Amino acid sequence: MSIAAPEGQQRMSIVIVGHVDHGKSTVIGRLLADTGSLPEGKLEQVRTQCELNSKPFEYAFLLDALKDEQAQGITIDAARVFFKSDLRHYLILDAPGHIEFLKNMITGAARAEAALLVIDAQEGVQENSRRHGYMVSLLGIRQLAVVINKMDLVGWDRGVYDRIVREYGAFLDQVGIRPACFIPVSARGGDNIAERSPSLGWYEGPTVLGALDAFRSEPAPVERAFRMPVQDVYKFTKQGDDRRIVAGTIDSGSVSVGDSVMFYPSGKKSRVKSIEAFNRPVHDRAEAGWAIGFTLQEQIYIPRGEIATLESEPHPQVTTRLRVSLFWLGKEPMVKRKEYLLKLGTTRVTARVEEVLRVMDASTLDPTDQRSVVKRHDVAECVLKLDRAIACDLAQDVAATSRFVIVDDFEIRGGGIVREALADRQASVRNQVLLRNYKWEPSFIQPEHRAEKYNQKAALVLVTGSNETERKGVAKALEGKLFEDGKVVYFLGIGNVLYGVDADIERKQTNRLEHMRRLAEVANLMLDAGIILIVAAAELTQDDLEVIKTAVQPELIETVWAGDNITTDLAFDLHLPRGPVAESVDRLKAHIQDKGIIFRPW
Amino acid sequence: MARGMDHLDQLENRSVHILREAYANFKNLGMLWSIGKDSTVLLWLARKAFFGHVPIPLIHIDTSYKIPEMIEYRDRLALEWNLTMIYGQNRQALEEKRTYPDGAIDRIACCKALKTDALKHTLSGEWPRYRMNHSKKAYELDRNTEPFTGVIVGVRADEEGSRSKERYFSPRSTQSQWDVGDQPPEFWNQFKTEFAPGTHLRIHPLLDWTELNIWEYIRRENIPTVSLYYNQGQGTRFRSLGCYTCTQAVDSVAGNVDDIIMELKSGKFVNIAERSGRAQDKEGGGGLETLRRDGYM
Repeated sequence: MSIAAPEGQQRMSIVIVGHVDHGKSTVIGRLLADTGSLPEGKLEQVRTQCELNSKPFEYAFLLDALKDEQAQGITIDAARVFFKSDLRHYLILDAPGHIEFLKNMITGAARAEAALLVIDAQEGVQENSRRHGYMVSLLGIRQLAVVINKMDLVGWDRGVYDRIVREYGAFLDQVGIRPACFIPVSARGGDNIAERSPSLGWYEGPTVLGALDAFRSEPAPVERAFRMPVQDVYKFTKQGDDRRIVAGTIDSGSVSVGDSVMFYPSGKKSRVKSIEAFNRPVHDRAEAGWAIGFTLQEQIYIPRGEIATLESEPHPQVTTRLRVSLFWLGKEPMVKRKEYLLKLGTTRVTARVEEVLRVMDASTLDPTDQRSVVKRHDVAECVLKLDRAIACDLAQDVAATSRFVIVDDFEIRGGGIVREALADRQASVRNQVLLRNYKWEPSFIQPEHRAEKYNQKAALVLVTGSNETERKGVAKALEGKLFEDGKVVYFLGIGNVLYGVDADIERKQTNRLEHMRRLAEVANLMLDAGIILIVAAAELTQDDLEVIKTAVQPELIETVWAGDNITTDLAFDLHLPRGPVAESVDRLKAHIQDKGIIFRPW
Repeated sequence: MARGMDHLDQLENRSVHILREAYANFKNLGMLWSIGKDSTVLLWLARKAFFGHVPIPLIHIDTSYKIPEMIEYRDRLALEWNLTMIYGQNRQALEEKRTYPDGAIDRIACCKALKTDALKHTLSGEWPRYRMNHSKKAYELDRNTEPFTGVIVGVRADEEGSRSKERYFSPRSTQSQWDVGDQPPEFWNQFKTEFAPGTHLRIHPLLDWTELNIWEYIRRENIPTVSLYYNQGQGTRFRSLGCYTCTQAVDSVAGNVDDIIMELKSGKFVNIAERSGRAQDKEGGGGLETLRRDGYM
């Protein structure tokens, strides 16, 4: 068996799923044998071994035999099995039989271009037939053939076949999959695997091999909107290279030199100056699938996690609330009020379950009892609330940037797709900020140049609390200390804004959002100037912070609660209990040193 | 980059993506460079990913039994490509002559001592590391002893059974051990980049490459490789490089990259495993898997 497809020949990765004992291994064994893809003498060797042990030969044993061989390090491996048709080479990702099947199945299936789902004609549709079908749908595999196996055991009865087609077809329809075909087979006898079966004369569709060959290799989504999650912005100035390269892999669409690019969630804009590469011919266009880098005409600050898009194309969603479909793999159930980490594209954000809309019983797909937790192997629809706004797409628009995973306790425990971007409280503020960033006139001086010059990173330190003397005392003392250290620092009491910038709006609760927006806009200007801004404000809430984070880069904000009496729901970064001001200031200074805002001398 | 992607393009771009993810997520990141063709392709891919630069230190575990050409080649490229080059070794075992070539222990124990143990302790910073000083063109003791939390390794899934079970981002426990049965799921270009204190991640950007892909890529990119891979006239060459005491040359007249590709595609090596010249894989049954569970590359 040769693993490398000759140059120019087609290859396709597939995955085989289905309920336990419905015959996945036998289908694989038969495909290997009937396409002549087994190493020489392997089939005979396994047959002889079976005879010696006086047990009936089964095609599923071929897989085990291959595994043994692989364990000796001779040919290929257990997790990847190869076979070939006249048309192309196939790679079966993650052959069944692993302990943690679902985890491995997902790992394999997410990279497959097509799936075979095996159902036992005698047992009919079972829990995992549905679960795996739904997974295939969520993972975004559009090409699926359903293999109805063990037809010999039901006397090649067309009625049995029709019943399963009706039942399972209706299910697939619910999860949005249109299968290419339902193939009646007996994998054991090789009926309708590679050769048409005389016992199944009433069936007019393709064999399993025929169905596979009829699948198409899906081209990269070049025609869709341009999406490139930013992996990093590289500067190798110390190596004598002054290019500033925005690097990432293009998920969809294409980008050309001269294109006007927009970055989200910030809404910042620039123009592509060049497409950079090492040991590649110079190109002025790049499309989906390529890991690229480009330089920009106007220098703007873009952190990892932003998504690069084109101004002329549909823009992505930006919000902190998402309606999603997700599957859960964690032993511990997914629960409300717990903090999770959500990763989408190259962004990472803290996420909580705001609401579990419905948990699908994978075996019936009916909404079950009003559960508020998502258990292991469940598929559920939820509303997720994020700590700050991210950019994403809806599953039907751009698949890649609608997909996310959920991390809990250092491990990926779940995955899902965005169905809907829901409105959040700060949506109006965000629209203003997007316009502000779009219209922003960048200066020649880069944020990192200012940081280098001032020997500090711009930051917003929000000192809040219920006691005026404590919060203002700490804030002003910190300003004094940093000023003494030679830092560019500024104290801003909230009153300084309320009676100036806010003079035209009344001081009442309904205007609180606007007050916060204006405070944040003032802060944003000072941060752009490279300053460490210390703001003292009474009893900030989590809502307030979320408004501020909409207008100020969230990673530049540090929140501090001064005093013993905690009166709001703010999730602050540092708590300073009542005590001598000097001690509090030392702790606060150490905190901003830890965050890399100012250096800690050795 | 507007033409369709061929298979090598797909492999290259995926590996580049993984290298950039590793670089963005790990503060203390290192890359193992065995001087062999695979990890040299990996090094080349890093230059692709970072536009001609290699912002990741390269770590070589020097058993002192490496073929001299390998060390010459390593130091030449380190200087030419401006690499942060670090090596480490098991000084104690070498000084006390507790090695297989000294006749003291068997091959598996020797691999464990000179490679696995040296690797573990070099990564953790417990044993001295030696870093290339580019102005002096010589190695000196590295003052940085911080442990590496992410280690990029050039293993391929087709090499050997246990390597096929790997993920791109594969966790290792505090003792560098690998739990083959319980691996994190990996999908949609999302990898395990979070890790508990004391543990570390092995990162495998070449997992999907085959031996043939490696040579085809070396040809396409014109990547410099050690001369030991080619027949110099005596009718033998090395297919896989290791210590001279445990690596056999194979009979082959392949004198250049084209010859090797021909040989792999249609010639004598079509169905013979690449590591068949590596003696330690065969000792005691699953030699390499045993070594790997314990922290070997």
